[in-house]
Amino acid sequence: MLRLERRPEASHLMSYASPAIAILLMLIGGLFLFAFLGKNPIEGFKVFFINPISDLWGVSELLLKATPLMLIAVGLAIGFRANVWNIGAEGQLIVGGIAASAVALHFQESEGAHVLILMIIAGCIGGMLWAAIPAFLKTRFNTNEILVSLMLVYVAQLLVSWLVHGPMMDPDGFNFPQSAMFEDSALLPLVFDDGSRVNLAFVFAIGALLAGYVFMFRSFAGFQMQVAGFAKDAARYAGFSARRMIWIGLLAGGAMAGLAGMAEVSGPMGQITDQVSSGYGFAAIIVAFVARLNPVGIFFASLLMALLYLGGEQAQQYMNLPSSISLVFQGMLLLFLLGSDVFINYRLRWKREVAA
Amino acid sequence: MEGSILSSILFATIVAGTPLIIVALGQLIAEKSGVLNLGAEGMMSMGAIAGFAISFETGSVWLGVLGGMAAGALMSYLFAVVVLTLMGNQVATGLALSILGVGLSAFIGKPYESEILPTIEAIRIPLLADIPIIGEPLFAQQSLVYFSWALFGAIVWFLYRSRPGLVLRAVGESPSSAHSIGYPVIRIRYMATIFGGAMAGIGGAFLSVFYTPLWVEGMVAGRGWIAIALVVFATWRPFRVMVGAYLFGGVMVAQLFVQGSGLEINIPSQFLSSLPYLATIIVLVIISRDQNTVRLNAPVSLGQPYRPDA
Amino acid sequence: MALTKIINKLAIVALLGALSGAGMAADNVGFVYVSPIGDAGWTYQHDLGRLQLEKETGVTTSYVENVPEGPDAERVIREMAKRGDKVVFATSFGFMNYALKVSKTFRKTAFVHATGYKLGKNMGLVNARFYEGRYLTGVIAGEMTKSNVLGYVAAFPIPEVMQGINAFIQGARSVNPKAELRVIWVNSWFDPGKERQAALTLLSQEADVITHHTDSTAVVQAAEDQGKYAFGYHSDMSKYGPKAHLTATTHHWGDYYVKTVKEVQAGTWKPTSVWGGYAEGMIRLAPLNKAIPADLQNRIREMEKQMTAGKLHPFAGPVVDQSGKTIVPAGQNMTDEQLNAMNYYVQGVVSKVPN
Repeated sequence: MLRLERRPEASHLMSYASPAIAILLMLIGGLFLFAFLGKNPIEGFKVFFINPISDLWGVSELLLKATPLMLIAVGLAIGFRANVWNIGAEGQLIVGGIAASAVALHFQESEGAHVLILMIIAGCIGGMLWAAIPAFLKTRFNTNEILVSLMLVYVAQLLVSWLVHGPMMDPDGFNFPQSAMFEDSALLPLVFDDGSRVNLAFVFAIGALLAGYVFMFRSFAGFQMQVAGFAKDAARYAGFSARRMIWIGLLAGGAMAGLAGMAEVSGPMGQITDQVSSGYGFAAIIVAFVARLNPVGIFFASLLMALLYLGGEQAQQYMNLPSSISLVFQGMLLLFLLGSDVFINYRLRWKREVAA
Repeated sequence: MEGSILSSILFATIVAGTPLIIVALGQLIAEKSGVLNLGAEGMMSMGAIAGFAISFETGSVWLGVLGGMAAGALMSYLFAVVVLTLMGNQVATGLALSILGVGLSAFIGKPYESEILPTIEAIRIPLLADIPIIGEPLFAQQSLVYFSWALFGAIVWFLYRSRPGLVLRAVGESPSSAHSIGYPVIRIRYMATIFGGAMAGIGGAFLSVFYTPLWVEGMVAGRGWIAIALVVFATWRPFRVMVGAYLFGGVMVAQLFVQGSGLEINIPSQFLSSLPYLATIIVLVIISRDQNTVRLNAPVSLGQPYRPDA
Repeated sequence: MALTKIINKLAIVALLGALSGAGMAADNVGFVYVSPIGDAGWTYQHDLGRLQLEKETGVTTSYVENVPEGPDAERVIREMAKRGDKVVFATSFGFMNYALKVSKTFRKTAFVHATGYKLGKNMGLVNARFYEGRYLTGVIAGEMTKSNVLGYVAAFPIPEVMQGINAFIQGARSVNPKAELRVIWVNSWFDPGKERQAALTLLSQEADVITHHTDSTAVVQAAEDQGKYAFGYHSDMSKYGPKAHLTATTHHWGDYYVKTVKEVQAGTWKPTSVWGGYAEGMIRLAPLNKAIPADLQNRIREMEKQMTAGKLHPFAGPVVDQSGKTIVPAGQNMTDEQLNAMNYYVQGVVSKVPN
C-alpha cells in the first residue's frame, strides 16, 4: 500500500512545485465545479480567468486589487517566517485606514504634499498600534497572538462602524454613515494618466516587496527570524531574542496592513466608510502561504488572488453564477497547497504490508 | 409585568447562547486533543445550508439536523486529512476551511434563498414550564436547546469520568508520551476533530432550521469565530463554555431590550458589541500569565503538528 | 508560421470580444444591485422594475447583484458603461460616489442613482416617499393595536429611516393618541438572526403590531410565530406571515425606469432629482389582510386617494418632536428640505435616538 515516508532532506524542488500543483488542482477543481453547475467548463474558464484581463483597463484593475494584498502579505510573511501568527491584518488595515482618514479630515483645508505624507505615516502607525497589542500581550503575558489578533479584527470593525456613524460622519452627508470625501491633496496620485485607478500605492507595494526581500535574505535580523522559525531551540541557543522577533514580526505586518488601509481610503475610496474592510487581511494570509512566504512569490500570488476576485464578478455578469465562487476558488487553492506541501518533507512509497 | 420581561430576556439569552454552546463544546473536544481548527465559521455555514436544504426537501427537521451534522463532519474530515495526515499548518488550513465553507454554502444555498421552513414548536415540559420567570426559559424551549444541555452533561462525563476522555486529554497534553504508551494519537485526533466538525454542523443547522428559520448567505455572521473565542474564554472547561455562551448571548439580547424599553444610555452599541471580544482577550491574558496557569488550562500541544515516526 | 500566429491571435481577440459582449444588444440597460435579488426586499422590487422595463420597451437588460458598496462597485459600473449600456441604474446609496465618478468619464451614458443626493451632469437621482405608505400602515396599526404599544426594527438612523418611523407613529396617533412606539436599531440592513431577535424583544415588551426597516422577512415571520401583527416593507411579504401580515409599504420603480429609458432613447433625457410617492405610483400598499375591518379598509382606500391627490400629508402640522418642540406649526406641511434633515423622533416614540 501507499505510505508516506520522511525524506532524508526537505525537497527543494517540491517546495517550488507544490504551489504549481495547487494551482493546477484548483483549476481542475474549477472545471469540475463549472461542469457540475451545468456550465461549459471551457467557457467558464475563459470568463473567469481570461475575460477580466482581456484589455488594459482590466489589467490595471488587477493591479489595483492586488496592491493591498502585496503590501499585507509581505508584512505578514516576515512574521510567519519566525512562526509569529498574526492573523489580524484585517483589523490592522482598518485601524490604519481610520488613522489616515483622521489626518485627511483634519487637514481638509490645506494643500501640499504634507497631507499625504502624514496620512502614510498615520496609516502605518495605526496598523502598528493595533498589532502592538498582541505583540505586547505575547511578550509580556505569553498570550496566544493568533487569538488576540483575531479578536481585535472584530473590535476594529466595530470601531470604524462607530466612527462613521459618529465622530467621522460627514456633517453635510444627511446622516449617512460615511465620512466626507477627501480633498485632492489627500488622494494618492494615479500612476497612469489613462483613467485607470492604479495609484502610488502600487509603487509602494513593489518597494515593500523589494525591502521585504532584502530584509529576509540579506539582513541578519531576517536570518535570525528564519532560524527561529525553523528551529526554536537553535535560535534560543544562539542567543537570538525571541521577544524581538515577535515585535518585529507583528509590527511589520501591522505597518504594512495599516499602509494598505491608508491606500484604500486615500485611493479608490476617497473617503472612509465601514466598507473599508473587504477581506484583504484574510486573503493576504492565503497569498503569503501560496507564495511560500517569498516576496517574489507574493507578487505573483497577489495577482492570482486578485484575478480570482475579478473572475468572480465576471462569472456573475456573464454566466449568472453567484460571486461567492471567488471564495470557493480561494479556499480550494489554499487547501490544495497545504495538502501538497506534505511532499516537501515526505514522499510516497509503496510498502508491502508486513505480516505480523 | 417585570417578571415577564425578565423571563423573556432569559429565554432569548438561552436561545442566543445555544448555537454557541454546541459549536464551542465540539471545538473544545477537538482542542483538548491538541487540534486547533479555525474553520468553525465555514463548518457552521455548511451545516446551516445542508440542514436547511435537507429539511426543506424532505420535510423532516431531524434529517436536516443530521444532514447539517454530516456536512460539518465532512468539512472537518477534509481539515483532518490536510492537517493530521498531510501535516499542513493548522492555522492556515482552518482559515482556508472557513473561506471555503462560507463561499461554498453561499453557492449551494442560492436556490434556497427565498424559501422558508415552518417554525418548530417548543417542547413544553408539563408543570415545570409553568414556574414563574424561569419556567418558560428553562422548560419551554425547542429540542436543540435541551440537546445542548445533554451535550454538556455528556462531555463533562466523557472528559472527567471516562477512560477515553482521559486518553483524549493525554493526547492533547503530550502526544509523544501518549504515543509511546501505545495510544493511536492520529486516530484519536481524527475522531476529536470530526466530532468538533459535526457539532459545528449542528450549530449551523440550529441557526437555519430552528432559529431564523431561513437560509441567507452570510447568516452565520461571525458566530463560528465567537465560538472559537469562547473556548479560550472558558479556559477549555465545559461549564465555563456554558456560562460564557450565555454571557455572550446575554450581551446581545440585553442591548436590544434596553433599546426597546427607551432607557437612555449614552454608550454606543458598537462598544457593547465589542465587549465579548475584549473579555476574551482579558481572559487570555489572565490564563497565560505564567507557565503554571497555562499548563492547568490550555492543552499543551494545541496547534502543534505531531507525527509518530513509525 | 507567422501567419498562423496572427490568425490565432485574431481568433483569440474575436473570441474575447464575443465573450465580453455576450448577448448585449445595442440598447442594453445595466442594473447594479447591493444584495441578492431573492424573493422579497429592496433589490427584489428593483428587479421587478427591471423586468417591467424589458417587457414594455423591449430593451435588453443585465444586472450584477451583491455588489459591495466599496471600490469594487466602480469597476462593475464602469464595465457596464464601457461595454456601451445606454442607461445604468445604481440602486443603493453606497454606489453614489462611484457612479458619479464613472459618469464623468462616460458622458454619453445616462446614470441614475437611487436614494442619494449628488446630481451629476449625466447622473439623475431617484427616490421614493416611503413615508407616505408608512403613515397609512401607522393608521392601521393605531386601530388594530390592543396594547397601544407598537414596535419598529430599524437599520441605521439616516433620514429615510427616521421619516418612516415618524410617519408611522404620526399615522397611528392620528387615530389613537394613546399609541406609543418602541424602536430597536440592529445596525445592519440585513441580519435575519438579529432582526428576529429584535422583533421578539419588541413583542415581549408588549408591542402587538410591529414593522421593520431592514431587508429580510424575519420580522414578519417572528410576528406570525407569536400570533401578533406585522407590516411588510419593500415587498408584499404576506407569504411569510399569512395571518400576521396586515399589509406592506411596497416600492414600484418600473414606471420610472420605463419613462427614463424612453426619454434616453428619444434623446430628451435630462438628469433630474425625482422623489416620487403615491402621486407617481411609486408607493403603494400591498393587499390588505382580511383581519382589517371593512370600514377601516374603506377609510384607508379613501386616504390613499387623498394622498394621491396631495391632500393628505403625513407630516402636516402640528408636528412636535420628543422634547416637545414644535417642528411644523399647524396649518403647514413639512418641507422636503426638513424631511431630508430629519434626525429626531416625534412625540409618541418612547425610545431615544442612538448617539
